[in-house]
Amino acid sequence: MSPLWLSHYTATSGLGIGLQPSLAALRQQRGGLLPCTFDTVDLPTFTAEIPGVDGVQLPAPLARFDCRNNRLALLGLRQDGFSEAVAAAAHKYGAQRIGVFIGTSTSGILQTELAYRRLDPASGAFPADFVYASTHNTFSVADFTRHYFGLSGPAAVVSSACSSSAKVFASARRMLAAGLIDAAVVGGVDSLCLTTLYGFNSLGLISTRPCRPFDAGRDGISIGEAAAFALLERLPESLDKNAVLLLGVGESSDAHHMSSPHPDGLGARMAMQAALKMAGLGPDDIDYINLHGTATPSNDAAEAKAVSALFGASTPCSSTKGATGHTLGAAGGLEAVVCALALRHGFLPGGLNTQQLDPALHLNYLLENREQPVSRVLSNSFGFGGTNCSLVFGRAG
Amino acid sequence: MLKTNQMTQHFATSAPTLTVFVEGIGLLGPGLSGWNQSRAQLQGSMPYQTARSILPLPMALPPAERRRAGAVVRVSLAIGQEAVTASGLQASLLPSVFSSSSGDAINCHEICSALASSDRLISPTRFHNSVHNASSGYWSISSASMASSSVLCAHDASFSAGLLEAMTQVAVEQTAVLLIAYDTDYPEPLRSVRPLPDTFGIALVLAPRGSERSLARWSLAPATCFSSTAADGLADAALEQLRKSIPAARGLPLLRSVALQGQGEVVLDYLENLQLAVQVAPCR
Repeated sequence: MSPLWLSHYTATSGLGIGLQPSLAALRQQRGGLLPCTFDTVDLPTFTAEIPGVDGVQLPAPLARFDCRNNRLALLGLRQDGFSEAVAAAAHKYGAQRIGVFIGTSTSGILQTELAYRRLDPASGAFPADFVYASTHNTFSVADFTRHYFGLSGPAAVVSSACSSSAKVFASARRMLAAGLIDAAVVGGVDSLCLTTLYGFNSLGLISTRPCRPFDAGRDGISIGEAAAFALLERLPESLDKNAVLLLGVGESSDAHHMSSPHPDGLGARMAMQAALKMAGLGPDDIDYINLHGTATPSNDAAEAKAVSALFGASTPCSSTKGATGHTLGAAGGLEAVVCALALRHGFLPGGLNTQQLDPALHLNYLLENREQPVSRVLSNSFGFGGTNCSLVFGRAG
Repeated sequence: MLKTNQMTQHFATSAPTLTVFVEGIGLLGPGLSGWNQSRAQLQGSMPYQTARSILPLPMALPPAERRRAGAVVRVSLAIGQEAVTASGLQASLLPSVFSSSSGDAINCHEICSALASSDRLISPTRFHNSVHNASSGYWSISSASMASSSVLCAHDASFSAGLLEAMTQVAVEQTAVLLIAYDTDYPEPLRSVRPLPDTFGIALVLAPRGSERSLARWSLAPATCFSSTAADGLADAALEQLRKSIPAARGLPLLRSVALQGQGEVVLDYLENLQLAVQVAPCR
């Protein structure tokens, strides 16, 4: 593929609100998982809840989009000059030449959960202030983003569970390659809600401790929330050597089971292979792998098999979910930004919470940060239902 | 502003037209059970009468999953199989695009009801079927397809969003792609805010090159495919009502053009103030 330029990017997660706090937290190996106090949830679990989300006010003309998920989206869009960068791109290319592709798993479903608590006891009707289309509906977050920027090009939500906001890079790449657009706002937004907390709990996949990816005693995920965005453009004539590029995208399906991965990580391996092939790179060209690394026993085992089959056991890798929690549909976008920070600032992030690496998983899993120049990295996102996506990013110089 | 528009024109016109060939169609909806059975109604040579959609059991799934399969899985697998069989291509090799304005509405209702109650226990099956990519997951399992699957939602624009994604993928990757666009109806109280009357789905196998099976040739011109022209409706009042009431049925004007071997432009509803203009031509 022709590389694409991440001309701007930003992330808001348990690591921090915006790039500088996120970078500082990564450098200090600080995470955002705390005992869950979200809403009325009574589960013994840890979550990465972003402070201040409920206090974010949407602009009055966009009041119909008001829900926790879009408040989080707006909080994220306002960081690091991202909004200004999109406005400048709209001026340069035209509002119809910019696509909006956002990944989410549950979008604003919390709004419907709350409305179900307020059903009319006699008629069973919703309260009058409940607006389904612009809050709950899966598309709501992309629709809100599009309206916030006044963009009028193509738009969609990708909702393939935990691969969602990695796969938006694939959709955007194809539309740029086809000449349908000149730039794309891509990213992922997922916020805490009861559906995912109680749903993953019903599957026995939630840890009662902060999650421990690749630990011998790992026992499940911690759920986090995040908003991460990137502005994708074709390469300009000249680039700073620190510029971050999307070099390859690989997608596959497990075709195995709805809620457990292929035991040998076959689909995962196919996605990584396809991403390397598109980038024109071999396994030895990758300096670091940001693992999907959810910290469930089966997911980490399957991913480790896939990674070691393709890369051997020496490529440095880690999962940042010990710091951010699993941000579900926002994970791919958030981890793409973590990769961009690693490339730009020359360090490999060590994973948090992991104490005793599982000796059965043969990987060079980093428990400490490593300071070194980083040229090319791979980021994995594998979804519930068996939808996989791997991204390869690199530095321009 | 003028300058921006001129630049837009400049960027837009340099890209070549995206062309795909329609190799197979699957159709299921109220009063419509299969492409071949529905062609005459879309042509207008037989009257269209609405009736509840009949959703076949997904026989390609193992018995346990088959029993539990909700409407989203039933409609997706039925229309997907119809389109792929007609195309003569191998399901296991086809990348797919799934597009729907909602997930499984009954699951959503049951989960939200449980979460609002004092006992918040959710069935694990209900939870894993509640994800928007449930039908994609079951399709990949039943067809043993490890190819990529894109799963989209664009509310009322979901049909055109899926078509755009699929046509772009065919043209850019030079591969055949299966598009499955569907919607299902909602139980109360969700129905009061999302009044879709029934289940409806259109599946299309789109290929970069024509074959002896090709039914039509569709093109998108990057400079002009995003249009402000009003979307085409359907002459038959009942079909037009169907088109308007279920997002996936916004694709019916394209199917009518295939049935009539039409040539020219079909404009589809897409996003607010933005329609999708598809150039159509018959293949036989």
